[in-house]
Amino acid sequence: MDLTYTPEQQAFRAEVRAWLDAHVPAEPLEHFDATRAGFEAHRDWERTLKSGDWGMVTWPKEYGGRGLDLIQWLIFEEEYYRSGAPGRVNQNGIFLLGPTLIEFGTHEQKQRFLPPMASGEEIWAQAWSEPQAGSDLAGVRSTCVRDGDDYILSGHKIWSSRAVFADWAFGLFRTPGSERHKGLSLIFFPLNAPGVTVNAIKKINGHVGFAEIFLEDVRVPAFNRLGDEGQGWHICMATAGFERGLMLRSPARYQVAAAKLAELWQARKDQSDPALEADVVRAHMNADAYALNIYQTASRLMAGAKIGPEASTNKIFWSELDIHLMQTALAILGPDAELTHEAPDAPEVDWIDDYIFALAGPIYAGSNEIQRNIIAERMLGLPR
Amino acid sequence: MDFTLNDEQLMFAETARSLFADSCTPDHWRKMMEAGSAFDSTRWAQIVETGLTLVLLPESAGGIGLGETDFALIAQEAGYVALPEPLVESAGVAAPMLAALAPEHPLLADPNAVLAIAHPANPYVLGADQASAILLERNGEAFLATPDQVTLTAEASIDPFRRLFKVEWDPAKATALGQADWDLALDRAALFNAAMGLGLAQRSVDMAVAYASERQQFGKPIGSYQAVKHHLASAQVAIEFAKPVVAAAAAEISARDVQARARVSHAKLVALEAADKASRASIQVHGAMGYSWEVDVHLFHKRALALAQTWGTPAFHRGRIATRIFTQPMGPDSTFSRETHHA
Repeated sequence: MDLTYTPEQQAFRAEVRAWLDAHVPAEPLEHFDATRAGFEAHRDWERTLKSGDWGMVTWPKEYGGRGLDLIQWLIFEEEYYRSGAPGRVNQNGIFLLGPTLIEFGTHEQKQRFLPPMASGEEIWAQAWSEPQAGSDLAGVRSTCVRDGDDYILSGHKIWSSRAVFADWAFGLFRTPGSERHKGLSLIFFPLNAPGVTVNAIKKINGHVGFAEIFLEDVRVPAFNRLGDEGQGWHICMATAGFERGLMLRSPARYQVAAAKLAELWQARKDQSDPALEADVVRAHMNADAYALNIYQTASRLMAGAKIGPEASTNKIFWSELDIHLMQTALAILGPDAELTHEAPDAPEVDWIDDYIFALAGPIYAGSNEIQRNIIAERMLGLPR
Repeated sequence: MDFTLNDEQLMFAETARSLFADSCTPDHWRKMMEAGSAFDSTRWAQIVETGLTLVLLPESAGGIGLGETDFALIAQEAGYVALPEPLVESAGVAAPMLAALAPEHPLLADPNAVLAIAHPANPYVLGADQASAILLERNGEAFLATPDQVTLTAEASIDPFRRLFKVEWDPAKATALGQADWDLALDRAALFNAAMGLGLAQRSVDMAVAYASERQQFGKPIGSYQAVKHHLASAQVAIEFAKPVVAAAAAEISARDVQARARVSHAKLVALEAADKASRASIQVHGAMGYSWEVDVHLFHKRALALAQTWGTPAFHRGRIATRIFTQPMGPDSTFSRETHHA
């Protein structure tokens, strides 16, 4: 147990900080889910990041990464959020599919897909859910039919994040006649392939952050299948482990928000309910506890452990702490809480937008009810 | 940066776990409660024999000279069995304080000695009647007295194993030991109570899981119903996010700065909240059985509520965290930062 950074880790932090200070855009970019222009501005930012070799620091060098360890990744993320750099438009690729590709992909697949992912040249959407397969993901009905060296994909996907503007999607497809968890394969398809129709769905903030995807006889090479045919569920659960356990939501995100909340409290406490200070302190405690948990997880993984069902506790914790933190900010703001960034008297930080975003947390990446079932059955051993 | 325990630490925890698992079972509690006893001298002798009381004592005082991380793991195991004996107060707080003041004191060499501590943070002293000696405070100075040199008034606790006393005493009848580090004593006690909270919480969940897997209603084990599952999953989430805070607090306590104090306070708050949440969920999952004297879960809930309010109330500990937040640079690069601006 040694909770101090080595001189090398400190030097790495300084290097990241200096690069970000010199490159992060002075003005915030338009949100990547708001317009095509905002999306493309974020793609440009990904290119800039890659020019400094910061695309995905934990990946092996030969696939477009830097070959760094998880502690260095956490330091990078801390500096990234501290700098106020743009959100990662390719998070479905770099944080979810990427680690899964590294674990399950062939050398050729890694060579083909990882470098353009790390540079933002190819931006990814996820295509897990279907109208009849949400929490019960094993109920997917979309099919993959083998035809020589190709698959023919058909079906209907929905709630696909980033799919409106992205280039590629990955999803689960069923071998016809198979049932439930068996017979599923994880397959990639270009969103501009013949037979793919993408219809935008507006989120509660008005952005077109997700979409439904119709696939009608979409032909893709079998090369686009990750792992064996029928191994899709197993691979999908590994992806979900990365998503819930480590990569999707950096603690730094909440530590930045908690620090801003403390500033908001200092500025407004004279006009606020004194009881709210306990919530400001609580928000900090939650963000700090999440950071400590992630550092502990990173240390365990570096010592050879694997992510297990405890990943589900993370997803519950960060999604709930996010809502609590944002609600505390809104309570401090009082009548200013409802003002959007377009209002002349809008607060300096767009808390209401962050709050609306936080509301999605307990739903996506597997609802918190499903996470509690996983904890109860797989961590605690309660009967199904 | 390495957030893992070493083999020696894991081994000590394992030693404590197996000792307590054999010697501190529900049967033992029942016998002690029937006898109105809060101290089992056979078990204490085993604890001493295993070296658990020597962990935090420096080698100069005949101890093993390990750190708070090691003792916190033992305290967690003590919590898991709701250990009746005051292991934390005696071996985790009072004995190291006495060793710092008087490393040659004969009580430190007496294997069966049990020490009590009257800290200004607490109005009542745990185990004062059966202690070999009591550490007392006046104007920052430490004094030592035997129970018959002071006046004890018993204050009955809801926890049958917490024997509390109001202590009245006269410095003229006690041995002066000089200025002592009462802040360190408080930090250690808060940390080890947090660690006990983790144990209380996990045992509460484990008992509920065992019961809910067996107990059938509507033709199925009640643990197969989501309403029951979610109570226990939520409790486990609270435990999982208290554990690394307790571990970090133990690793950082010796820094003695505003961050270290805030971390200890954070650990105490969340570990005992987890214990409260888990033990209440466990009572609920046990149904009417959970409200009966016969089922042990109430012992864990009572201990949790007692520990939450002793060695600094939640408001006191929240205040120490607020001091950190509002006087130190905050942000994602400051998770492990040390004091730069004096609070």
